[in-house]
Amino acid sequence: MGNSELNTVGQSVRRKEDYRFLTGCGQYTDDVNPPHHTHAYFLRSPHAHANIRRIDTAKAKAAPGVVAVYTGADLTGVNGLPCGWLITGTDGQPMKEPPHPVLAQGKVRYVGDGLAMVIAETPAQAKDAAELIDVDYDAVPAVVNPVEALKAGAPQIHDGAPGNKCYTWALGDKAAVDAAFAKAAHVTQLDIVNNRLIPNAIEPRAAVASYSRADDGYTLYVTSQNPHVERLLMTAFVLGLPETKVRVIAPDVGGGFGSKIYLYPEETAMVWASKRVNRPIKWTAERSESFLADAHGRDHVTHAELALDPDGKFLAMRVHTTAAMGAYLSTFASCIPTILYATLLAGQYTTPAIYCEVTAAFTNTAPVDAYRGAGRPEATYVVERLVHAAASEMGIAQDEIRRRNFIREFPYQTPVALLYDTGGYDACLDEAMRIADVQGFAARKAEAAKRGKLRGLGYAAYIEACGLAPSNIAGTLGARAGLYEVGQVRVNPTGGVTVFTGSHSHGQGHETTFSQVVASRLGIPIENVEIVHGDTGRIPFGMGTYGSRSLAVGGTAIIKALDKVVAKGKKIAAHLLEAAEADIEFKDGKFTVAGTDRSKAFGEVALAAYVPHNYPLDKLEPGLDETAFYDPTNFTFPAGTHICEVEIDPDTGKVAIVNFSACDDFGNIINPMIVEGQVHGGVVQGIGQALLEQCVYDQESGQLLTGSYMDYALPRADDVPSFKVTTKVTPCTHNPLGAKGCGEAGAIGAPAALMNAVHDALSAAGVTYLDMPATPHRVWSALQAAKH
Amino acid sequence: MSVSLSLTVNDEAVNAQVDARTLLVDFIRNNLALTGTHVGCDTGQCGACTVLVDGNAVKACTILAVQANGSKITTIEGLAKNGELHPMQAAFKDCHGLQCGFCTPGMVLSAIDLVQRHPDADEATIRAELEGNLCRCTGYQNIVKAIAQGAAAMRG
Repeated sequence: MGNSELNTVGQSVRRKEDYRFLTGCGQYTDDVNPPHHTHAYFLRSPHAHANIRRIDTAKAKAAPGVVAVYTGADLTGVNGLPCGWLITGTDGQPMKEPPHPVLAQGKVRYVGDGLAMVIAETPAQAKDAAELIDVDYDAVPAVVNPVEALKAGAPQIHDGAPGNKCYTWALGDKAAVDAAFAKAAHVTQLDIVNNRLIPNAIEPRAAVASYSRADDGYTLYVTSQNPHVERLLMTAFVLGLPETKVRVIAPDVGGGFGSKIYLYPEETAMVWASKRVNRPIKWTAERSESFLADAHGRDHVTHAELALDPDGKFLAMRVHTTAAMGAYLSTFASCIPTILYATLLAGQYTTPAIYCEVTAAFTNTAPVDAYRGAGRPEATYVVERLVHAAASEMGIAQDEIRRRNFIREFPYQTPVALLYDTGGYDACLDEAMRIADVQGFAARKAEAAKRGKLRGLGYAAYIEACGLAPSNIAGTLGARAGLYEVGQVRVNPTGGVTVFTGSHSHGQGHETTFSQVVASRLGIPIENVEIVHGDTGRIPFGMGTYGSRSLAVGGTAIIKALDKVVAKGKKIAAHLLEAAEADIEFKDGKFTVAGTDRSKAFGEVALAAYVPHNYPLDKLEPGLDETAFYDPTNFTFPAGTHICEVEIDPDTGKVAIVNFSACDDFGNIINPMIVEGQVHGGVVQGIGQALLEQCVYDQESGQLLTGSYMDYALPRADDVPSFKVTTKVTPCTHNPLGAKGCGEAGAIGAPAALMNAVHDALSAAGVTYLDMPATPHRVWSALQAAKH
Repeated sequence: MSVSLSLTVNDEAVNAQVDARTLLVDFIRNNLALTGTHVGCDTGQCGACTVLVDGNAVKACTILAVQANGSKITTIEGLAKNGELHPMQAAFKDCHGLQCGFCTPGMVLSAIDLVQRHPDADEATIRAELEGNLCRCTGYQNIVKAIAQGAAAMRG
């Protein structure tokens, strides 16, 4: 094999991880069965809001097979779960951070709030015993809608958060915005509900906690996207244990989409209890628990305005959003509707003045946190719905109004804090229009009309900020952690390479993509590279995978470590070749004396490092094992245009997606097959939000009405079509891979594109506004209302 | 109440005593340690627990182990022979029909059942037949592509 064939960057290499997944050899948390393990079951509140007068666990403790029963009262010395991001309000005050107890302390605040943990020999015994726990509830009124929660007289959820307000925060120059609105030729206004979603990774959350008396240490297997963060938060903030005594392993994880970023109460209680019962404890959520007690996403209520000049140039944008936090602050809850939302309101446009004010409210629901896209889908939805409506109102074509406002000079400083390094928005719009056959749309619409159907075309030109994040900037914005990533490259004596990454793969295919990067850089076969992730016992440190950061930040950390490996290899090769270090070049897996044919293969240098018989021991340590921490200098800015074409049956209200086309700019691409797969999955989650999915709580009782797959409409294969996806490339300017990130784009672009198409289709029938999801009932009702 | 079972799993005879209320999926995962069969919802909706019972795709969380007494069961572990992937497994890999892998065993076994009943299934048929298998990662597009390719390979 020639060395050029070892450079697989840009090729759709089939995934290394697939064999084990396809043959049933994956190792997920629920597959971990330590000897002599017990099973946990969590008793959860059936009330949305209630004071707990008394909990009697005596009968449960005496039930068959029960090992222990713990309630909040037992967890002495255990702190509440922390929030990782401090938002400072417009009043200069820190956000309200009421306690988030591991098990309820005197009060429950949502249906599903954990009250007690039963540990027994079998799952059935634990569950049966939980039914014997006698809880005397004093149910009080609940509030589940964030706007209602902020009204005077609403039920008070936390003593420490008067009026249920967590914070009011703002970004942008209000005076400049107000002045621009005052002189605008046209103002478009929308009231938008961004529907609450439940992430629904198909693998439910699970944990296995073990304690070892031998070293007074703990091992936790858990469904986590970021095991080091989980360990840090759990040990330092909640349990008061040394980090050295807790090993967190996130093995194969069956999807995350944000919901497995957070430190949850269940695994925290289990680690604490594993020492008390001195046996391993296992818990796997039932799907109904996932619906009740996984962190949810979105749940915004927004009033948005766009000011335009007579030519359709955007002058200013003004946005007021109320965002639900749920009953407690989840790990990153506070930064989602602020830092990851308001900063994206410039979109791809030169809007010179933007002001956004966000009020976050506690509600009697499951906590709300990041779900695929996390703030950025909400921002894109606001921007692109406004642009669509403005174009319609002013009689400007949808592509034309976007072109009149595109940013074309980079770097570009937005009025909402971000500095876009690069982009090519016209190219993505042009290509998306080409593959969507926009030219032929009028004919297709006319043909559909003959059949009595309504056709519509919708655009979304989205942008996202990924590659989280420059730690110094994040710190000034309230992050309580750094957001770098760690890569360790261990060259083994026989030349195989083990890479330890702080990123975590739960479907993204890092074992393949990262192997491609490493193999191509070192000029070795991809099979000679092993990627290790998800284990605090093996990996130096890591911030994990979320926000489309793994390649841009985690991949760059690996590149930085590879640079160190190559630099040391040059020193070794110089010695072996009796040449000056400055004359050594590394290319195609060989260290060569420049201008000669004298070289040493990578494997020879690796061997010399570990068998240093002929080696500059006076100047250089043996071994070839290098670690790098990489802290990005800026966010990355993936962007693109998604175009959706729908056909609506006015008799049934059913929306059929007849065409969906995406042209995305993710910067340089390592594995196009994996990137396309990420877009497909993201788009379907976006379509799910726009057409099917909605988390519904009963407004009075606070009961979750969409608590199973019979009630919560997860997209199925026959709900969606196949898509046309393609890419354009402007490489990211500030990381060596030129990569921007691709994991969330689909979920960001699709909802706006689809709903703009729905509005386009329904406009002729007089329907002016519809919220997501555009279910047949909602569409049909809107059509009927428009007739009268 | 304990009942005795006698069945064939992945071409091997299995005799066992189980609690009568044991679900087939729990029997497969816990008694036989075949953890490739997954539980995603407990309620018969996600399809991650799908296995073949006498050649037919069955959600193993919806039947008792005792109901499978005497039958021939194939789990995901039983598909590849001598390390060589079944054509449907190979197609899933080639078409990137899986991401996190959790729904995958059920998808592959449902796909084999589908192809047995619809050897020339078109996209619409494949999508309709996948109603009982949820995937949150792939958006289904590459699963559909994989099943079409796997079907062609199975036809030979």
